[in-house]
Amino acid sequence: MTFKKTVYMTMVIAVVLTVIIGAGCSGQKMGDGQNTTTTAGSTIQLQGSGATFPKPIYEKWASEYGKVNPTVKIDYQGNGSGAGQKAILAKTSDFGASDDPMSDDDLKTASGEILHIPTVLGAVVITYNLDGVKEPLKLSAQTISDIYLGNVKKWNDEKIKAENPDVTLPDADILPVYRADASGTSAVFTDFLSKTVPEWKQKVGMNKQPSWITGVGVGAKGNDGVMGQVKQTPNSIGYVELTFAKANNLPTAEIKNKAGKFVSASLDSVSAAAAGSVAAMPADLRTQITNADGDGAYPISSYTYILVYKDQTDAVKGKALVDFLWWATHDGEKFGKELHYAPLPADVVKKVEGKIASITNGGKPLRQ
Amino acid sequence: MMVENSMPTLSRFGIGFLAGMEWKPAQEEFGALPFIYGTVVSSLIAVLLAVPVSIGVAVFLVEQAPKSVARPIAFMVELLAAIPSVVYGLWGIFVLAPFIREYLGPFLQTSLGFLPLFQGRLTGIGMLTGGIILALMITPIVTAVVRDVLEAVPVTQREAALALGATKWETTTIVLGNAASGIAGSVVLGLGRAIGETMAVTMVIGNSPQISASLFEPANTIASLLAANFAEATDKLYLSALIEIGLVLFLVTFVVNALAKLLIMSVASGPDRAKHT
Repeated sequence: MTFKKTVYMTMVIAVVLTVIIGAGCSGQKMGDGQNTTTTAGSTIQLQGSGATFPKPIYEKWASEYGKVNPTVKIDYQGNGSGAGQKAILAKTSDFGASDDPMSDDDLKTASGEILHIPTVLGAVVITYNLDGVKEPLKLSAQTISDIYLGNVKKWNDEKIKAENPDVTLPDADILPVYRADASGTSAVFTDFLSKTVPEWKQKVGMNKQPSWITGVGVGAKGNDGVMGQVKQTPNSIGYVELTFAKANNLPTAEIKNKAGKFVSASLDSVSAAAAGSVAAMPADLRTQITNADGDGAYPISSYTYILVYKDQTDAVKGKALVDFLWWATHDGEKFGKELHYAPLPADVVKKVEGKIASITNGGKPLRQ
Repeated sequence: MMVENSMPTLSRFGIGFLAGMEWKPAQEEFGALPFIYGTVVSSLIAVLLAVPVSIGVAVFLVEQAPKSVARPIAFMVELLAAIPSVVYGLWGIFVLAPFIREYLGPFLQTSLGFLPLFQGRLTGIGMLTGGIILALMITPIVTAVVRDVLEAVPVTQREAALALGATKWETTTIVLGNAASGIAGSVVLGLGRAIGETMAVTMVIGNSPQISASLFEPANTIASLLAANFAEATDKLYLSALIEIGLVLFLVTFVVNALAKLLIMSVASGPDRAKHT
């Protein structure tokens, strides 16, 4: 009996607490809402959300821009590219962020024209856990695809040996690790393989959340999840963003590019990939730069985008957003290096300037 | 509201949603069976491992240990319940998974390897790891409840048993018999927690929607699928599929709890009646 009573009491207390906390939260939110409909002079708050990959640099920008322009406060939530696209479509954020460009279908459902502003460049690297292997592995798209499709099951398979004649590879099962959540990283990775390997394109294809072959490998959530799994499991292989690999000193493979050269991921090789694909960039700047031309180009590189509405409904906030984007793509680029993001090529910055200048409020351009 | 939002997949896949084996959002194929299987099996492993341990700990604390020992141990067990599930997950990746890969797995394969349950390759990530993590997470809750239940059994019961010449062990079994329904409640509570756990499971279960006889193979649970994907689902049909599988989780929880209650009711009432007659 006393036990039942305690349970009831706890339940009652829990319900009461939930109601109180809930009320507190919603009250606070309403307060925030009032703050954000700004008048000139007070603090302007810009809310962004989306891709986790550029989160370190966006946070750096937010703090650095705060020094340049103290009246603007930028809040960035790294909750994934998909969430960023959802946020801009639902207008729950002032800007969204995504590693892969939005699809035509999604853009059609938007209530206004959405612009893609590339901000920095990144790369997806192949990392692995092989005891005793010191030199970086060399892998072609075909081999990576075979590993993830389950065609190549052992590290000492002839296909891997052929590309790494000098490396002693163990007679051990390969454990491929992939992203279990929808992610821009997966999109870039599968885009590269779809472009280069017909079997991959047919069986898996390019997707934020591809259909992995059942029975091959394990899934993990987030870049850190994949990294943790690879670090902890001998003979595993995984793909993560370059920044993660650098920050954690993971071994990374050299990948065979379109020119037939094995290239390791670095700021230079990523910039080279961007430079090799500037000419092919479409007018709306939505592009994938995997498997780019050029001897030094790293083949699994990508832009990351900020998504904004072309017509801003709030003049003050719109102006702040435009100024921030301008600053980020010009003065902000220099902060990328220490965080392992490659800056935009000069030609792309020109195109971005045009895009930013085209953002309006009620027909009036916001950038003077 | 959940029914309304899952209409797109409900109408498109119908009952096939429950029986489907493939979960391929890219191809708009949605089948919930591997997730239902994963949810039920991982929770069962958790309960099978956690309940005996919890009852043992609770009996020790209430019936055997002197107060000076029981207090701090009880406190520490309850403290376990306060650890965030992400921490359990991390511990799972860094400690439990290597342990299973290096020691427990090979041991099970040499001793019980003839069972399909323990065949296949050892990666340290999979159904068994998920089940063990869940067992650890529900142990403090089940222990705490069982302890309360045992304490609620009147002292006179124990005194009566002892007065009739029962040994300490016999007294304990009588107390346990009286507490059976309460213990049953604790099991259902633990089961509920195990079914609904998200983050820790996502981190160690391997997130691969497949049904495999081997406990070493990766699997996935409904709660873990929702945790990993709900925020990112942009596609309407996909979102609907996720909401519908949430609905399925409701049903699974309901059915499993009902079954557990039935089972336990029959167990609990059985010996009692025998004693009275």
